[in-house]
Amino acid sequence: MHYMLQFRETPEERAKPNDPAQVGAYWGGWQAYIGALAQSGAMIGGNVLRPPETATTLRVENGTRHVVDGPFADTKEQLAGFVILDVPDLDAALEWASRAPCAAGGSVEIRPVLPPPAS
Amino acid sequence: MEEARRDTAAQATLAAREAYGKLLAILAARTRDVAAAEDALADAFTSALAQWPQGGVPSNPVGWLLTVARRSAGHAAARRQTADRSLAMVKMLEDERNDTASDGFGDDRLKLMFACTHPAIAADAQAPLMLQTVLGLDAARIAASFLVAPASMGQRLVRAKRRIRDAGIAFAIPEAEDIPKRLSAVLSAIYAAYGTAWDDVTGADPRLAGLADEAIWLARLTVQLAPDQPEALGLLALILHCEARRAARRGPDGAFIPLRDQDVASWSREMMVEAEAALRSAARAARPGRFQTEAAIQSLHAQSRMTGERLHGPLAQLYDVLARFAPTTGVLVARAVALAENGEANAALSQLDAITGAETYQPWWAARARILWLCGQEAAAREAATRAAGLSSDPGIRRFLMAEGYRDGLGR
Repeated sequence: MHYMLQFRETPEERAKPNDPAQVGAYWGGWQAYIGALAQSGAMIGGNVLRPPETATTLRVENGTRHVVDGPFADTKEQLAGFVILDVPDLDAALEWASRAPCAAGGSVEIRPVLPPPAS
Repeated sequence: MEEARRDTAAQATLAAREAYGKLLAILAARTRDVAAAEDALADAFTSALAQWPQGGVPSNPVGWLLTVARRSAGHAAARRQTADRSLAMVKMLEDERNDTASDGFGDDRLKLMFACTHPAIAADAQAPLMLQTVLGLDAARIAASFLVAPASMGQRLVRAKRRIRDAGIAFAIPEAEDIPKRLSAVLSAIYAAYGTAWDDVTGADPRLAGLADEAIWLARLTVQLAPDQPEALGLLALILHCEARRAARRGPDGAFIPLRDQDVASWSREMMVEAEAALRSAARAARPGRFQTEAAIQSLHAQSRMTGERLHGPLAQLYDVLARFAPTTGVLVARAVALAENGEANAALSQLDAITGAETYQPWWAARARILWLCGQEAAAREAATRAAGLSSDPGIRRFLMAEGYRDGLGR
């Protein structure tokens, strides 16, 4: 089964890379996590995203483009990155999700990936 | 009025919490139908919430709940009109008339624990089922404890209950010669419950709040009901030794504090004394086992910190004994570290490498970091620690590994 793990961070988590006292542990934790994932062979792909302030959101209404600065939803927890895993079942995906640095503090959403239609 | 209702609700909740396992054990022991007993008990609690605010809380709330639940179970059986099941219910109502005065609570709970850990029940359902039936925890909380999706935990529990009913698993204390074998499943389930609470060391997860206390309560109950079983005493001693250190295990910011740096003054003397007493009673039976050995290891760690004595030799020996009783991956990993701490780092590394299927097992990588460090392989140790950090779900332990905490080891 393929699952997408969506990593969501709280404002406190997002502030860590800007704090000299915490930046090392922050990136170290993510690098260790992604490294362990990659070495396990379960990871198909994924990326870390720049912070939500850098987002641009577009909507087309009646043929007019509306472009706004910022993320699509102004919620406390924001998407910080994602990975796609190939694991046997949901419990295995949960196990990996629990190891993400943002699992404590933020959250990880786990979604099964719909297989592409057979052509 | 509103306040009175809240009070009553609080009292009913309290009665539910304290009496749930007892009541369920009594109800299910006779019918073997855990699901039906849960339904009947739920009906009884609903009635209590409806009636107690008006008529007041009865003088014996638990007895009241039992009577109403039995009546509800009888009605449900009559409605289903299944011949065999009705017969079971009729028999139960008869029993009720015959034993109203007896207090078989404790025994019934032990019977329920044995039924939940019957070998015919899937191994991964035993501990969760026991937590649900004996303690009345809901499936979502149990799922969180065992890191399983709530829906699949729900299914697992439903299947296990169906199995108890359909396979006719007895609600009984096993024959004397079977007790040690069957008791070990009960003890393993309690151990699993405590282990889950132990992992949530910071108490950050509200879904796990109180799980450690509940595991201790179950361990004490087992000792009460099987006082001549040294392994039951061993498990109680083990859990109490670990629990005694709870307050000392983390810094205020959740930082992991290894045993060597823990503030001994904040260890619970009361729990350590009780643990040592349990371990001594267990030893009198002269039948060592897995939990007694694990408790003895924790006892040595405590002694080493209290007296400053280095006990690496005896610890390595005890881990060898433990590996004979329980050659689990966790034990084999811990044994390799104990061997390395005792001055045989290269032999420990071969021991560790011989353990298979540990590619994503965090403690294996953490152990590797420590052992490689003791072998003088600094770069490789750092690499293993990074891998362990990536596999850790605990921010405090992740920080400890990234900060090269393996350089000093965990114990003394």
